[in-house]
Amino acid sequence: MLKKALTDTLPVMTGYLVLGFGFGIIMKTDGFGVLLTLAMSLFIYAGSVQYVAVGMLAGGAPLLVVGITTLVMNARHLFYGISMIDKYKNMGKCKPYLIFALTDETYSLVCNDDATIQKKDRKGYYLWVSLFNHMYWITGSLLGAVIGSVVKFNSEGIDFALTALFLTVFLEQWLSTKKHIPAIIGTGASLLCLLIFGRDNFLIPTMLVIAVSLCLYKEGVRHE
Amino acid sequence: MNNYYVWIAVAVIALITAMLRFLPFVVFNGNKKTPAIIEKLSKVLPYAVMGMLVVYCLKDTSFESVSGFLPQLIACMVVGVLYVWKRNTLISIVTGTVCYMIMVQMVF
Repeated sequence: MLKKALTDTLPVMTGYLVLGFGFGIIMKTDGFGVLLTLAMSLFIYAGSVQYVAVGMLAGGAPLLVVGITTLVMNARHLFYGISMIDKYKNMGKCKPYLIFALTDETYSLVCNDDATIQKKDRKGYYLWVSLFNHMYWITGSLLGAVIGSVVKFNSEGIDFALTALFLTVFLEQWLSTKKHIPAIIGTGASLLCLLIFGRDNFLIPTMLVIAVSLCLYKEGVRHE
Repeated sequence: MNNYYVWIAVAVIALITAMLRFLPFVVFNGNKKTPAIIEKLSKVLPYAVMGMLVVYCLKDTSFESVSGFLPQLIACMVVGVLYVWKRNTLISIVTGTVCYMIMVQMVF
């Protein structure tokens, strides 16, 4: 399971090392210490909000604004939780960590029923995937904060690795089922809300549209 | 800048993020039976959410100039064609990302 988790998380490693590195650099540029960078990547562990937080912290944004921004940007995690309730049911002692470490990328790896993993191996697999991803993110941020200004590698565009990861998961899901309505609802709602609400505000309306549409969607119900 | 402020703000972000992650598990805890609607949602949400994440990643695409959308479009097609053909995640992601990097750094 260790080996499979390592192979499966390689795309995340690329993305997290680079994005974490970028986060470390801007933290350093804005005058924050390595300890704060470490604390954020260890305890917040949510990429997009950490990026936005740097600007808010540097500008001294009111705590209420910080809180609401976090709430809005990370509300999508509610969805991940809802779809993992059953899978994470009997995870024992590592359950709290698995829940804490459920990022977009970890979710994209654990949300599918991978037929190559036996039921008894699931727990180990989920745990290794979560741990590896968390380590990549922390390592990337620390490297950025410590040696960020020394490295001269032009990494522009490397963050596309995460887009590509989500796209392959999307395609795998698409190819593995005949019921395409949920995928179409998700993509369609996102595009529609992006057009209406713009790139900074479309996630929450998208989530509402998805939740309502999927509740009305009948075919997904199992008949027992 | 007040040092306390920074640490408190980080704690606020960490707590709210964790709360969002834990909430579904706390509300629908093992002892009670999970409501049918939530069970249904949990089965179909992954399909919808992946579509949302792909769109979210591409949200900065702009159609005002060729360089605003062509690299994304070509790279996504490379990832898609390779994946449907080979069904290998790593090959698709690496090739697509390298193509994208070459395009944004050297071509556009």
